[in-house]
Amino acid sequence: MNENLFASFITPTLMGLPIIILIIAFPNILFPSPNRLINNRLVSFQQWLIQLVLKQMMTMHNLKGRTWSLMLISLIMFIGSTNLLGLLPHSFTPTTQLSMNLGMAIPLWAGAVITGFRHKTKASLAHFLPQGTPIPLIPMLVIIETISLFIQPMALAVRLTANITAGHLLMHLIGGATLVLTSISTPTAMITFIILVLLTVLEFAVALIQAYVFTLLVSLYLHDNT
Amino acid sequence: MTSVMPVKEKKLMDVKLGELPSWILMRNFTPKGIVGAFQRGYYRFYNKYINVKKGSIAGINMVPAAYVLFSYCLSYKELKHQRRHKFH
Repeated sequence: MNENLFASFITPTLMGLPIIILIIAFPNILFPSPNRLINNRLVSFQQWLIQLVLKQMMTMHNLKGRTWSLMLISLIMFIGSTNLLGLLPHSFTPTTQLSMNLGMAIPLWAGAVITGFRHKTKASLAHFLPQGTPIPLIPMLVIIETISLFIQPMALAVRLTANITAGHLLMHLIGGATLVLTSISTPTAMITFIILVLLTVLEFAVALIQAYVFTLLVSLYLHDNT
Repeated sequence: MTSVMPVKEKKLMDVKLGELPSWILMRNFTPKGIVGAFQRGYYRFYNKYINVKKGSIAGINMVPAAYVLFSYCLSYKELKHQRRHKFH
């Protein structure tokens, strides 16, 4: 049982070939590109969805921040679809790997911060000191704000990894417990099964929410810096 | 026993069973040919099930179903131990 628990998080290879490249590229074919004025149902539905997300996410940015809209919308679509596909049985979720989430978080955060430093240097440096702090506290507060700035990409990556991994692990554990309990005492197994169903509903929500949170935070860092 | 049309130009359904190995070997295995094969397969599926006026969820659902089967095949080795046995 112990070894099986983490077996679903191993990078999948097929006789030494990294299948993970295929698995990461797989959500791409679920989003066909529209090439007509009126498209088929799948494409129209996705167009409506992306329009909704776009309006919700990009209204708070100014002209300079809106140049990032392609990046942010593709980010939320990728993370959302990858997380949702990971809820299928036996599938592998790339966002459980910290390496991939770091690879997404660090460049985006760094891009936002460096844009801020290049174009609005004084305002970016002023972020290190909140308004109205008493004068004796200033040195300590600058240190704390610097640390909090550098923790942002780590927090982004680790938040996504930990949430998705923990959800998958919990589902494995409770599912295994339900299976074992059926032969021991059926009412307990029923309760455990109801817990499993609720957990699955939660996981669907978490999959989408995590995508949203990731993208929202990146766009917040962007807003600060444009 | 020999056929009138050269084997290369025939479609798969017209190839006789004895000619099958030579037909397979004559296919285009260059990178461009392989990419072309994947493209043709993809558009065949897409135009039949999804790119229609009233596409239903079943057309889209075939893709996750195939993905689940594929992942099951990949992780069969670890799943072999989870069968119902009295003694594992």
